[in-house]
Amino acid sequence: MLQIAFFSVLNGLVYGMLLFMLSSGLTLIFGMMGVLNFAHAGFYMLGAYVAYTMGLYIGFWPALLVAPVLVGVAGALVERHGLRRVHRFGHVAELVFTFGVALLIEEVVALVWGRPAKAYEVPALLDFPLFRVFGSSFPAYKGFMLLVAVAIFLFIFAILSRTRAGLIIQASLTHPGMVAMLGHNVPRVFMVVFGIGSALAGLAGVIAGPVLGTFPGMAQVLGSIVFVVVVIGGLGSLTGAFVASLLIGIVQTFAVALDVSVGNVLMALGVPARASVALHDIWKVTIAQVAPIMPYLLLVLVLMIRPTGLFGTRET
Amino acid sequence: MSTPTPAAARPLAIDQASRSGGLRAFGLWLGVALLLVVLPFVIRTPVAVPIMSQMGIAIVFALSFNMLLGQGGMLSFGHAVYFGVGGFIAAHALNLAAARGVYLPVPLVPLAGGLGGLVFAMIFGAFSTIRSGTVFAMISLGVGELMAASSLIFDRFFGGEEGITTNRAKAPLLFGLTFTKDREVYYLIAFWVVVTAAAMYAFSRTPIGRIANAVRDNPERAEFVGYSPRWVRYVSFCAAGLFAGIAGGLFAVNYEILTAENMGLNASGAVLLMTYIGGIGYFLGPIMGAVVFTFLQSMLSDYTGIWLLYLGILFLATVLFVPAGLAGLLMLHAPAWRAGRLPRLIGPYLLVAVFGVVAAVGVVGAFEMTHFLASAESTRATKRLFGVAVAPRTAAPWLAFIALTAVGALGLRWAAPRATAALAEANRPGPSR
Repeated sequence: MLQIAFFSVLNGLVYGMLLFMLSSGLTLIFGMMGVLNFAHAGFYMLGAYVAYTMGLYIGFWPALLVAPVLVGVAGALVERHGLRRVHRFGHVAELVFTFGVALLIEEVVALVWGRPAKAYEVPALLDFPLFRVFGSSFPAYKGFMLLVAVAIFLFIFAILSRTRAGLIIQASLTHPGMVAMLGHNVPRVFMVVFGIGSALAGLAGVIAGPVLGTFPGMAQVLGSIVFVVVVIGGLGSLTGAFVASLLIGIVQTFAVALDVSVGNVLMALGVPARASVALHDIWKVTIAQVAPIMPYLLLVLVLMIRPTGLFGTRET
Repeated sequence: MSTPTPAAARPLAIDQASRSGGLRAFGLWLGVALLLVVLPFVIRTPVAVPIMSQMGIAIVFALSFNMLLGQGGMLSFGHAVYFGVGGFIAAHALNLAAARGVYLPVPLVPLAGGLGGLVFAMIFGAFSTIRSGTVFAMISLGVGELMAASSLIFDRFFGGEEGITTNRAKAPLLFGLTFTKDREVYYLIAFWVVVTAAAMYAFSRTPIGRIANAVRDNPERAEFVGYSPRWVRYVSFCAAGLFAGIAGGLFAVNYEILTAENMGLNASGAVLLMTYIGGIGYFLGPIMGAVVFTFLQSMLSDYTGIWLLYLGILFLATVLFVPAGLAGLLMLHAPAWRAGRLPRLIGPYLLVAVFGVVAAVGVVGAFEMTHFLASAESTRATKRLFGVAVAPRTAAPWLAFIALTAVGALGLRWAAPRATAALAEANRPGPSR
């Protein structure tokens, strides 16, 4: 039991920090432009694929640096030539546009790299068990993922709270009109933030690709979860995104690890396990099976009860 | 506009106008019904009837989606939930009817689906419609994912991986009608298309349908007038669920199988694509979108493995350049048509079309060669493209297609503003210059 708990917490932390790398960019973009970017997970996927291909020629480590930059440039271009254009048609058009971009990224990836999953492997340098406890080992690569995610987290907070550029970004979140009056080029700030957010998503893809798999459906797997994180944490709130990422990450890994069915739980509570035919389906549902549903249940509940999210200050 | 009429004459005039308008509308629906009846006799290729059945289902589904997006301003990423649930319930109802559990002839099965869609829309709508905008979109996404994930758990109802199969030949008969041939099913679908389209059009004309437009444009003001925006949205949402369920029921009758995929995010995305391509601002838009989308889907998938990419490009191009969709593009020409100035547009439009085709050939060629190289069939050296054998592993075809793309794009940049200007000139009120 202790072993399950220990590794679930560790894996949950890794997964949660990965979610944070995706959701931090998304929540900044949302907070600024008021648009939920469906294509965000698409940039995550692009990062993994670009890094995979570059890794074949220049190795993992240079690709780790270059691929996010390329993805960031792609994101900035999408903002400059697409999103800015549809902005005048309203929020619904923007949502629809990013939905289309997400679709297009998936199709282009399938076109260029094919439908089957790519053998994007953990670099040999990190392919060893970091430590062994309770008879199971923890791979060094996951430790590296955690390290990168924490570094990114500190980096974002330092930039946003300690630098002039961060102040301008924070001000643009809440008072874009005033920032423009002070002589800052707000559209350019938007473009840069969109680019940086996409680059962060790309970086998440680069380091997650070897662990979670590199295939054309990888964006859809995480895409909706990232939305859940951003909404639960509060739209536009970095702290909220951080807390919600860890929450979702740990809850999901724990749920997957627990192979207990509703019938077992009821039996443990002293309810006689008489599974009638009508209730049979519900009876044999295990916690692990419910795990994929839980984030969406949380999403709907939060939107119903507290649309500002946990740490958000305003509604959409 | 027109010369003012004496006050006493006005009520009579309005009465007459509405009566003749009603007659005209009735004639229009009758004409549509007649057209649907004769279509299978006009288009005689064997694949036409199944494709037209598919179009009919898509039309009902897209129209119900536009009750939310176009008329109510609610962008849903989970509308396939009501389509799918309606379909599953219709399939189960059909199986029950086949086992003589209930008397339910095939023509009435879509009603069972509609009822299922309505009940689920009433449940989910209760909390989805509290707000509109992004919150609504997010809740619809959450509900969609929730149902998609649930479909893997409750396999007694959703049939797990294999889905639920049914057999329409075993159901009891109504008036001795059997549905064994494709054409018979087509007529059943056509009947339901006309009935539901007329009902949805009528809904958009009712007071609540009109208020739905007001709530879409300015919820605060609608509230001050005395309407609860939430209630108005809820009613629209339930109606949309009902018609999506009917579409799902038609799907169950037509294909006799439903899987969890029918209610997944991809199905919800497809209906958004077709509705947007057709145009969300007009009643005709979703119909056009459904026809075009289904046609492209069934035609393109015969020729290329990357048809979804082309549909995605078409969708993005619509969002970027023609946000009003195909129907909006057509309606843009109404003033010019009334003024009899459409012929002057032929020249500029022909130029745009020529450059557009050149650019499209270049882009499609490059994509197809990429697809050829990336897919397993690349053991061969050449591929037939546009009736010519090209060798994707040499530089020449790449250069040719890139050149075509560049020429087409530059030409479009030159010709498109001219076409827009010509249209603006043709639409200008007053006598022609």
